Amino acid sequence: MNSSVNIRGGRVVDPASSRDELGDVFIVDGKFSPAPAAGAVEVEARGLVVCPGFIDMHVHLREPGQGAKETIETGTRAAAAGGFTSVLAMPNTNPVADHPGIIAWMAERAAAVGAVNVYLSGAITVGSEGGQLASIGAMSAAGIVAVTDDGRCVQSHDVMLRAAEYCGMFGLPLLDHCQDASLAGPEAVMHQGYWSTLLGLPGWPRMAEEIIVARNAFLAEATGTPIHCQHLTSAGSVRLLREARARGIPLSGEVCPHHIALTDESLKDYDTNFKMNPPLREEADIDALLQGIADGTIDILATDHAPHAPYEKEVEFAAAPFGIVGLETAVGLFCHLLLHCHGVVDLPKLVAMLTVNPARLLGLNRGTLALGAAADVTLLDPDLEWVVDKASFVSKGRNTPFHGWKLQGRAVRTIVGGRTVWKNKV
Amino acid sequence: MTSSMPSSQLLDAAGVELAIERLSDTLVLGLEGVSPIFLAGIPTRGVVLAKRLQSSLAARGVTCDCGAVDIAMYRDDLGLREEVVVVRDTKLPINLESWTVVLVDDVHQTGRTARAAIEAVLGFGRPRRIFYAVLVDRGGRELPIRPDFTATELSVGANSQMRVRLIEVDGEEGIFEE
Amino acid sequence: MNWTRKDLLALGDLTADEITLILDTAAGFKVVGQRRLKKVPSLRGKTLVNLFVEASTRTRTSFELAAVRLSADVVNITASSSSLAKGESLKDTAKNLEALAADLIVLRHSAAGAAQFLAERLRAGVINAGDGSHEHPTQGLLDVFTIRERLGRVAGVKVGIVGDIRFSRVARSNIQALTKLGAEVTLIGPPTLVPREFERTGVRITHRLDDVLGELDVINLLRIQHERQKAGYFPGTGEYATLFGLNAARAERLKPEALVMHPGPIHRGVELDGSVADGPHSVILDQVTNGLAVRMAVLYLCGAVPTEAKG
Repeated sequence: MNSSVNIRGGRVVDPASSRDELGDVFIVDGKFSPAPAAGAVEVEARGLVVCPGFIDMHVHLREPGQGAKETIETGTRAAAAGGFTSVLAMPNTNPVADHPGIIAWMAERAAAVGAVNVYLSGAITVGSEGGQLASIGAMSAAGIVAVTDDGRCVQSHDVMLRAAEYCGMFGLPLLDHCQDASLAGPEAVMHQGYWSTLLGLPGWPRMAEEIIVARNAFLAEATGTPIHCQHLTSAGSVRLLREARARGIPLSGEVCPHHIALTDESLKDYDTNFKMNPPLREEADIDALLQGIADGTIDILATDHAPHAPYEKEVEFAAAPFGIVGLETAVGLFCHLLLHCHGVVDLPKLVAMLTVNPARLLGLNRGTLALGAAADVTLLDPDLEWVVDKASFVSKGRNTPFHGWKLQGRAVRTIVGGRTVWKNKV
Repeated sequence: MTSSMPSSQLLDAAGVELAIERLSDTLVLGLEGVSPIFLAGIPTRGVVLAKRLQSSLAARGVTCDCGAVDIAMYRDDLGLREEVVVVRDTKLPINLESWTVVLVDDVHQTGRTARAAIEAVLGFGRPRRIFYAVLVDRGGRELPIRPDFTATELSVGANSQMRVRLIEVDGEEGIFEE
Repeated sequence: MNWTRKDLLALGDLTADEITLILDTAAGFKVVGQRRLKKVPSLRGKTLVNLFVEASTRTRTSFELAAVRLSADVVNITASSSSLAKGESLKDTAKNLEALAADLIVLRHSAAGAAQFLAERLRAGVINAGDGSHEHPTQGLLDVFTIRERLGRVAGVKVGIVGDIRFSRVARSNIQALTKLGAEVTLIGPPTLVPREFERTGVRITHRLDDVLGELDVINLLRIQHERQKAGYFPGTGEYATLFGLNAARAERLKPEALVMHPGPIHRGVELDGSVADGPHSVILDQVTNGLAVRMAVLYLCGAVPTEAKG
């Protein structure tokens, strides 16, 4: 397949080089080039935004072991359909990816069937049980770019401290699903507040996230290892993150679309499409997250794409697994909410949060349109209006609360290494 | 309640009063020597009628007790009606054994209401005898039950409703076709 | 007003008028319960299934008796004896019951929202007999019925609910019904068991029973469950009884006409003393009788919703 593309006349936004201007982007044999090649695919980009390919650093591809929910193949195709050219796969597979053999299997599988670039993360602890450190060095050699027990959270601060020290040896960032299990155990199914009280459901208080964010700040400061707090939901977490960063601590945070789109009131009918971990919170938390995005405290956006088989979600609320799919709705939701509804970012900043910022944290040579870099490009139409239709999802998962939502903004073409892996059928 | 169809009046207030008098006369004759008598009105208008009959029978020297028997729990059309039938009060003598119960209703048509009322009374006990008295018999029987005492027989079209209106309930008096 | 619900899932869904309709209907059925022939034919030919995934002999018996008195056919299914124990999903179990032509399903389940989950998927009417900590609508209704019957009204009545409010479906149902009918509700218990978020529903919260005891018209004592003690919500039943138990001395300070209520089963010596449970203020046995009438009313109303409406 042809890996040369001439993208003409778009608004070229490359935050890595502070570029924001009308222009052309040329790809020759899968790399960015100053001049067009003959025989390249011609792509008309007038009215569109030409960005480095989007990177989602929080995706559950579910293989090995949970192929009924999603596979590396279907998950990466869903990523392409959502405008993402690279994803970071989470290790809470079955078995947990805590061993180089599993990492190698995943890498091989991704190379064979992956529609986009697949980066891998390894578990912090064996089985993500929070005890013994996993073979981080061996996994590093096998190619992981981050370490996380996502799905779970290391409860012992001592273990997390050792992990932070150890990862520093390999220059690997530590990603944390911040949840204090004594304050929010496995039975905690929604935000602790008025609605959980009315509905009679055990609550997941803000404090359970904030306490772990605080401990991560201390650990990042003490060890110098970058610690990234995943899917932040609470106002207090934003405040702690802001204070830590002001002091130069290598602490970062990410936001997922649902946490700025919905509140805990959505759960009043016990619809499991609104059940996720961490949970949807209140308006005040949404405001704080938006403020955090606006002032740069939070500089990375991600999806936490968590597909489940329909029969798994169609059960009584307490029994349903947590999570929703996100790859195919995230870009639309972020454009809609951050650019249009709330106006907290301009386009270059939005693009940065999906490209250069995650790339820098993970040490990837991506997220930029710089010459010679691997040519991943996302063409974005920030004003395109469309309606979310879960029946048309590429992902195996249909568990979304956004079915029927009218959004403004959508990726319309996804190019990986110069090849178009998806384009919008209009 | 407004009807979308035009209603025509079949009997005016004076006519209704006359009908009640006539019914009382028939009851006096039919219940001669019977005691004690309980007039059990079928809600809603049967209850009002029972009260009126109690006065007019008293004026003729016949003493009766008066109350109501609600039939909501005994209907045979639960789940078939558009509106759920509301349960209303039943007031019957504590010990029914010695009593003669007269069921009182405004209109007799299919007989289903009377059947339900009979069963409702029997649910409370075993009265000596049950009689059935109505203001109007409009015909259209669907069960083999007919009133023992009738004030008047009127007929209306098969698709029409016969409505008795009484001051205590409707604010006016008369019998109408709707 | 017209009753149009095929299900009774939560008092939080009902208007004050709907609650009043149920209470008025229950009054009629209470009369039936006092006659010699305690049966009416309203639900003849209908099939009611008691699906008690969470066990309860008392509530199940009450519903069974209510159904039988309405002439319905009753089938009892408990979790251990059912396919649920073999891993069949709740949805499949219920669909099977519907295929067997169940008209009404009474569900008790440990998961909040379970009754709504079924109601959305079945043509049969679903009656919530308790879903986790969420609601126990018929208990709330029978409590309010008892208050109305004894005191003649609910509006303006000062009701205290004491105990483990946090995990109590009885408390939530009571709070809904009482606030909608205009009662003044006070929640009483330790802060660990009485979440402040309840204030948003219009109730008052206090942690000192003795401060409010003398002004209550009704005091409703909830059962203290041992699991809470193990989980660290309060130190022990001894301390609980000292702070919040309605002992004989406290009972002396109640208004003369005040009602003492308890959903049962009672922990004598913890929530209240035996002498108080059996004493002049207690209407605990009335609650049981009224529960039967209320359940008959609920089954009658939900069973009467036209079949077309059941979609």
